[in-house]
Amino acid sequence: MANTTHADHAHDHHDHTPKGIKRWLYATNHKDIGTMYLVFACAMFFMGGAMALVIRLELFQPGLQFVDPGFFNSMTTMHALLMIFGAVMPAWTGLANWMVPMQIGAPDMALPRLNNFSFWLLPFAFTMLLLTLFVPGGSPAGGWTLYPPLSLQAGDSFPLTIFAIHLMGISSILGAINVVVTIMNMRAPGMGLLNMPLFCWTWLITAYLLIAVMPVLAGAVTMLLTDHFFGTSFFSAAGGGDPVMFQHIFWFFGHPEVYILILPAFGVVSEIIPTFSRKPLFGYESMVYASASIAFLSFIVWAHHMFTVGMPLAGQLFFMLSTMLIAVPTGVKVFNWCATMWKGSISFETPMLFSLAFLFLFTIGGFSGLMLAIVPADFQYHDTYFVVAHFHYVLVPGAVFAIMAGVYYWLPKWCGRMYNEKLGKLHFWLSTIGVNVLFFPQHFLGLAGMPRRIPDYSTQFADWNMVSSIGAFIFGFSQLLFVYVVWNAVKSGAPAPQRPWDTARGLDWELPTPAPYHSWETPPDAQAVARGVGH
Amino acid sequence: MDEASRVPEPQHLERENSRLTLKLLGVALGAFAFGFALVPLYEVLCEVTGFGNQKDLQHATAGVVEQIDRDRMVTVEFIAELPSVGSWEFRPVISSMKVHPGKLYEMDFVARNLTGQDSVAQAVPNVAPGKATAYFRKTECFCFTPQHFAKGEQKVMPVRFVLDPALPRHLDRITLSYVFYDNSTRVGALN
Repeated sequence: MANTTHADHAHDHHDHTPKGIKRWLYATNHKDIGTMYLVFACAMFFMGGAMALVIRLELFQPGLQFVDPGFFNSMTTMHALLMIFGAVMPAWTGLANWMVPMQIGAPDMALPRLNNFSFWLLPFAFTMLLLTLFVPGGSPAGGWTLYPPLSLQAGDSFPLTIFAIHLMGISSILGAINVVVTIMNMRAPGMGLLNMPLFCWTWLITAYLLIAVMPVLAGAVTMLLTDHFFGTSFFSAAGGGDPVMFQHIFWFFGHPEVYILILPAFGVVSEIIPTFSRKPLFGYESMVYASASIAFLSFIVWAHHMFTVGMPLAGQLFFMLSTMLIAVPTGVKVFNWCATMWKGSISFETPMLFSLAFLFLFTIGGFSGLMLAIVPADFQYHDTYFVVAHFHYVLVPGAVFAIMAGVYYWLPKWCGRMYNEKLGKLHFWLSTIGVNVLFFPQHFLGLAGMPRRIPDYSTQFADWNMVSSIGAFIFGFSQLLFVYVVWNAVKSGAPAPQRPWDTARGLDWELPTPAPYHSWETPPDAQAVARGVGH
Repeated sequence: MDEASRVPEPQHLERENSRLTLKLLGVALGAFAFGFALVPLYEVLCEVTGFGNQKDLQHATAGVVEQIDRDRMVTVEFIAELPSVGSWEFRPVISSMKVHPGKLYEMDFVARNLTGQDSVAQAVPNVAPGKATAYFRKTECFCFTPQHFAKGEQKVMPVRFVLDPALPRHLDRITLSYVFYDNSTRVGALN
């Protein structure tokens, strides 16, 4: 039936595809571009990870052993920029490119050439950013938040960093526009907005967040640029500006940004947990509304990042309470995932294991976030390792685990081959144990008062730092296994069945395996749409 | 299915796609402009909350009349800060004084130019706690204008201030601090 015709179409088109490097340079196919995004993200993940290991190596023992403090600060700054803008965001865009057309029954993304452009901006942006490692003065070392006046004192790296951020911003805005247009205009007949898989929903909301806040970041760094080179005084106190204003503008971008990193993860997990619990997702609509509420709230909580710079009591109360309010929609999600598993017949394949770890460990990160939201407690925790532990718990076993869960989940559909389940599980356990050994002790360090972004520390912090570093090396090196598992699956995995996960629902699973080069040349029939939207 | 969730007919798709793309680009441009609009918005917010009205500290308050409140004593502390070490010397002559609200006082700060060339400096004031800012009045201050220093020159620079007697009673210790910026490049560019 429909499947066979699709397979034929796919073969036709394969013949017209440019071969070799041109296939990738001129790529307009959503799967090719998605693959490039994912490969790029993986490369940046390892580069940023190597920088993290330099940090943990230096912190293995008190005292200065391996790198000088300036380079250490460059490593913390570059690690953050690479992981946020180079690894997690492109990985999500890559997954969106692969999955959104497949899930909504569209042949491709709405704007294929724009799609090509937004991907190819990234290698240039990150080449510029990485070039700063070799310029006089070294890489930016004032933290990824680029607070003035410190960031303005950077050496030759300054303009390179700013323009790299501009390019990354343009790339993600264009990518987001593409996702919105695809979802709004290209859904298959019969697929209403409230029939879409949750991954599409959370990405739609993420895309709106991106369009709303990435330009604000671009504005903020442009002001830094003019302050540095053209004598303006947006943030220079000597000229009548205010450095604190930068923090407000930056976090007006920065807080929605953290939801940009995590919302698609909610979507992926909302697809995987029902599949392996063999039950439909509990509370689909409440999931959609919860995601939208989180996105809305993200705009009115920014100043909780800067309680200690001083603000009126009323402001502190407002930002504390609005921050805590985010726990309500997030709690709705966590309870819905638990309710989905309740009385399900659960099996523990690798994607499910990563999703379960996400559920537990992201929630731990959420709880430490609640603690940080309490103003008087924050005065104690601010800029300590407690903060580092908090945001790594929500980003590593949060966002990164969800990306990996998604890759394991969809890989059989992408390449038509199964990954090695044993090795996948080994990768899971090494990662989960590693990540907890790495980040859990950082809570203790932070509560004991160890500041973040320092290359040396008081000897009282020595033991937990050593434990944390050991965890870092376990986690870091076990990611090589991930690459091997994926590579092995693509090259020589066992052929995947038409439905690799028999209970997975959605149009993405209605396509033949491996997914044809062009997804839905003819729109899916009503039956297929109805089968997919059985929540 | 509701109105909003209807997708365009295939023959209109391309037009609808570019229409939506342009709209979203417009939103992105608007967001870029909004980033800059935050600058004046921030000033307004500071003005309204009275919290960040530090800029008023850089202007003389007109029509200050002494109404001395002899029953109250408030400690005023003075702090002098330099953004970088070595090229300037900057300090208050005394570190704190006890004052009556409503009475006019004069205090001196000393600065010396060690940059090895003629320079211009701008002092930027700040009052802590923030609530006290609105009650801190100055009739004269070296921070009102850029200060010119010859190479190696030392200057004693006065600040004349009065605390508004309406100062809330729980504020009994106020800190006036200055950061002393070398502004030669900026002022040079203006001249």
